[in-house]
Amino acid sequence: MIELIDIVKTFNTKKSQIKAVRGVNLSINDGEIFGIIGYSGAGKSTLIRIINQLEKQTSGQVIIDGQDISKLDHKELLKSRQKIGMIFQHFNLLWSRTVAQNIEFPLEIAHVEKNIRQEKVKELIKMVGLEGRENAYPSELSGGQKQRVGIARALANDPKILLCDEATSALDPETTDAILQLLAKINKELNITIVMITHQMEVVQKICNRLAVMDDGKIVEQGLVKDIFASPQNSTTKRFIQTINGTDVEKTRQELKKLYPYGQLVRVSFTNNSDEPIIARAIKKCNLEVSIVNAHINHTSSGPLGVTYLHVSDGDDAQYEIFIKALEEKGAKVEIL
Amino acid sequence: MSWLNDINWDQMFTAFIETIYMSSVSLFFTIIFGLIIGILLFVTNSQGLIVNKFLNKITDLIVNILRAVPFIILMIILIPFTQALVGSMLGASAALPSLIFAASPFYARLCCIAFMEVDKGTIEASKAMGASNWQIITKVLLPESFPALVSGACVTAISLISYTAMAGAIGSGGLGNLAYQYGFVRRNDAILYTATAIITLIVLGLQWLSDYLAAKIDKR
Repeated sequence: MIELIDIVKTFNTKKSQIKAVRGVNLSINDGEIFGIIGYSGAGKSTLIRIINQLEKQTSGQVIIDGQDISKLDHKELLKSRQKIGMIFQHFNLLWSRTVAQNIEFPLEIAHVEKNIRQEKVKELIKMVGLEGRENAYPSELSGGQKQRVGIARALANDPKILLCDEATSALDPETTDAILQLLAKINKELNITIVMITHQMEVVQKICNRLAVMDDGKIVEQGLVKDIFASPQNSTTKRFIQTINGTDVEKTRQELKKLYPYGQLVRVSFTNNSDEPIIARAIKKCNLEVSIVNAHINHTSSGPLGVTYLHVSDGDDAQYEIFIKALEEKGAKVEIL
Repeated sequence: MSWLNDINWDQMFTAFIETIYMSSVSLFFTIIFGLIIGILLFVTNSQGLIVNKFLNKITDLIVNILRAVPFIILMIILIPFTQALVGSMLGASAALPSLIFAASPFYARLCCIAFMEVDKGTIEASKAMGASNWQIITKVLLPESFPALVSGACVTAISLISYTAMAGAIGSGGLGNLAYQYGFVRRNDAILYTATAIITLIVLGLQWLSDYLAAKIDKR
């Protein structure tokens, strides 16, 4: 478990002070894939570097498995970093080393014996699907292959945690999918905790279990990915979700209001995979005329999420209330526009 | 080909060996000292591994001063030091201290530039893996900048060869000395041009070797 308690990080430049992180509290459970999303400058890169102490926080505590790692001395810190893998947007491979030698590098750092190192490298190359490319140099690889080397390298010392710093931002959509699948596989097979920062909502949507949205050095919203997708609260979160379904909640609302000046407009989101005809049954209960005016589905790692806009007319408030209650009883989230 | 008779080939060969000796021995020590100073400059700078403003400024100042002093003056200033170290101020060995003093700061600067070119990301990645500073220097910094270090060493070697010719002025021997003393002062054109041609060939050969090595070791 990773716990960040009241993390503050201030950079002092000659002219001014930059508050990159302003009081972040987070706890990340073992074995989960946790996403931190934010626009550039939100402080997420700094925050992820505080987890392995590449950046020292100005104040606050970083507790990993009960141990405050900011209190470790230099040698102990180097040792503990071997158990925290990290991958990067620009891969950061050593061009002077081959694929196999790059993967061997962290094992050399940890003073692992040569024959054990080679055994481990073979295993890792197989795991990330780079058989046959062992002796290639990074310059001969594609972006996706480079990131596979990066992942293999990060896993060499059997870490418990893998930090991903915009790991797919430099890749095309297809390669991004392949890398995300690999990360999901690693998470499952090795039960490794993955913390990923990104500005791509689709990345979070595809593999993360939980999500924190960061803006201006603070966490503005966090929770299960499906819950946040179902009903985003913060404006930054809403903007991110719009990038996914291509619909702006506010815009949709205004357009629908124009089209349907009378009656009630309701936004219903479903997160549970139920076969029940929820809407149909609710209609029966209240005896209202309901039409579906807009609908879409988002696919998240914890299942599909449906959003439906309904227009209800010619009813009274009591009937509306019955209708909404009937929907909510079945686990749908209802928002009156 | 009568002009060939104007040349004492034994003398020419001795001068050639002296030049090679002075250049290679001084290059060897220049690379060692230059690398040490270059690493010191790089790791102590404001974004370095062990930030130390004071040490960085002092090293920087010494390097700049040594580079500012003209080689011929440096040789004269160093005469007492050379005499104490080598026991004489004449001959090829006596030229070595001043050659090393002149070339090391130059090579240190080239090393520092080479280190600056190393991708900061790879250094950060090594830190994230738990590498110590020593491991970062030996396993990342030096191998990743190796092609630049080699071509820098070649540039330095070529400078050293021209310095050896200047060192001839205080009686160090070598091809430059031969060209000056016998070719120019005694008006023997055959010696002047032959010695110059040999120096040129050495320089061309070095440059070719450097280009070949750089292409071979650079995997970027």
